[in-house]
Amino acid sequence: MTTPLQILAPDGTVRGEPQLSPEAAARAYEAMVTARVYDRKCSAMQRQGRLATYAPFEGQEASQIGSVAALRADDWLVATYRDAAAMWYQGYGMRNLILGRTGDERGGHPEEGVNVLPPSITVGGHMIHAVGAAWAEQIKGSGRIALTLFGDGATSEGDFHEAMNFAAVFATPTVLFCQDNGWAISMPRERQTAAASLADKAIGYGMPGVVVDGNDLFAVHAATSAAAERARSGDGPTFIEALTYRVGPHTTTDDPGRYRDDAEAALWRERDPLQRVRLHLETTGAWDEDRQQAVEAAATDLVEEAVAAAEALEPLGPGDIFAATFAEATPALEAQRRRLERDG
Amino acid sequence: MAERTIAQAINDGLAEALTAPDVVLLGEDVGATGGVFRVSDGLLERFGAERVVDTPVAESGIVGAAFGMAVAGLRPIAEIQFMGFSTPAFDQVINHVARIRNRSRHRFTAPLVLRIPYGAGIGAAEHHSESWETLYVHTPGLKVVVPSRPFDAKGLLAAAVADPDPVVFLEPIRSYRAVKEEIPDEPYMLPIGVATVETEGSDVTLISWGAMMRETRQAAAVLAGRGVSVEVIDLRTLAPWDAPSVVESVRKTGRAVVIQEAARSVGFGSEIVAELQEQALYALLAPIERVTGWDTVVPLRRAEQHYVPGVERILSAVDRTLTS
Repeated sequence: MTTPLQILAPDGTVRGEPQLSPEAAARAYEAMVTARVYDRKCSAMQRQGRLATYAPFEGQEASQIGSVAALRADDWLVATYRDAAAMWYQGYGMRNLILGRTGDERGGHPEEGVNVLPPSITVGGHMIHAVGAAWAEQIKGSGRIALTLFGDGATSEGDFHEAMNFAAVFATPTVLFCQDNGWAISMPRERQTAAASLADKAIGYGMPGVVVDGNDLFAVHAATSAAAERARSGDGPTFIEALTYRVGPHTTTDDPGRYRDDAEAALWRERDPLQRVRLHLETTGAWDEDRQQAVEAAATDLVEEAVAAAEALEPLGPGDIFAATFAEATPALEAQRRRLERDG
Repeated sequence: MAERTIAQAINDGLAEALTAPDVVLLGEDVGATGGVFRVSDGLLERFGAERVVDTPVAESGIVGAAFGMAVAGLRPIAEIQFMGFSTPAFDQVINHVARIRNRSRHRFTAPLVLRIPYGAGIGAAEHHSESWETLYVHTPGLKVVVPSRPFDAKGLLAAAVADPDPVVFLEPIRSYRAVKEEIPDEPYMLPIGVATVETEGSDVTLISWGAMMRETRQAAAVLAGRGVSVEVIDLRTLAPWDAPSVVESVRKTGRAVVIQEAARSVGFGSEIVAELQEQALYALLAPIERVTGWDTVVPLRRAEQHYVPGVERILSAVDRTLTS
């Protein structure tokens, strides 16, 4: 198995020259802190009955922020229910991310100009969407690329094969980024594949496969930047396997104690992706406790503001549920709407 | 005007659509071969390999990629070779194509056309003869168009490509070259959701669509010879469908026979009967008859004729409504 690319070690030491400038690294770290505040807030809100089921991403912040940091503002991101950090960093408003998790379709509406699809809930069907979007941008000659995020479990789906194959055959400007977080609900990586490495699968499609330390912001960013550059220059797709870990449950309805030893999760908590960036930033003098506290406070404000805005919105009314099936409601839908409003 | 088969009319319509730079045709063997039914014959040469795309053999990939293209602003036309091969793509169709507008509250849409040749009658191998239109009609967010003649095929294809929502465009295989008529050379568009009253009459209404319109017209001709005044309706579109035209007709004639090729139970004909029961019950002079395929797998070539409703089966049903 390939040794994963690592630039930033868990103790905060750096091998080689990071591509992220100290300022950019600090910005990315702030985003990681904000994402963690968001993630923990959402889990807490679910326990309070304020959100529907929530899928926490704790432990995967470097993979999500680091990969998106390699994108341009108008590039496509096609991701999953566990990728709110990535979606937010690519411009998807936090209010609508939360709104979606409260159980409200309006949360699926990012701002105009933000090319981020609402999260895919089915596993594995969305990677080909990124391939199609990238293909369209290639045909249009826009220079945009598409990044798709998915988990190790998604690589078992047939649609993974079709997405990888189409991307490679048509050399679409796509980055296929697998957050190999060790677990697909209760099934460990070993039960998804007998391959030594998911990245090895790329060979069979005729595209490069790269393995990175998914808890290393710098390595994730470097690998994704190289893949994005390759895509943008017309050389086709890249598969990236980021080795990370889902330190929390699959969702708020899940109990990992039923299928895995907490010692394993504890080991990964020590490899916390935030901690090592902070250690590094502190050694460069770009970070200290005051700044940490200021960032955490700002993140809390941002998240609370988004929560308040989401919860202030009245739920969709009976008539509204008919309003987005088609561009224009059909006569039959109009009749059904009137019936609901009449009969309840 | 020129005489065209349905296959030629769709070819004309595809060529007209492809003159817009945002339209892409993709599918298995649609380019070099011109499609398994030659419906896209000559288009690769005219529009090039970037716009007329021969894909790997992967129906889910075709529809999933078309979805991504549509979301990113193109107008893809995806072809599945036979309806029996559309099931691998069904997840993409029902879980993504049909839902993205609702999922994103209009922020993202998938205005693609999914062309699927359907139906029995050519003695093909297993999986090549299905009539699963109900599966698509039952999926909220899809429009379903089923032309029965060249004029409609070209005009409805233009409407499907222009439509802001995804359209499943079903092409009747056994009518591809069997139905011909003169159609305009220039582009034109027909409205989705509007039926045609092909023949006006006062005794009984025959309602059908797509491939079964041939047998329906033949039965109507026989009945006319016997002095029965038959009204013939071609639905042309199943989602949305033109219930008002059907209700109006049956209120007038008092008798209705619904003709579908698909399996009998929970076919689209059942929906028509239910609507007529709600809206035309007191005008009925006889129970509504359904002439359908059976709740069996479509038989292979040597027994296929037992499945597909023929003229005799339609005439028997009409006779029952006239004598009850």
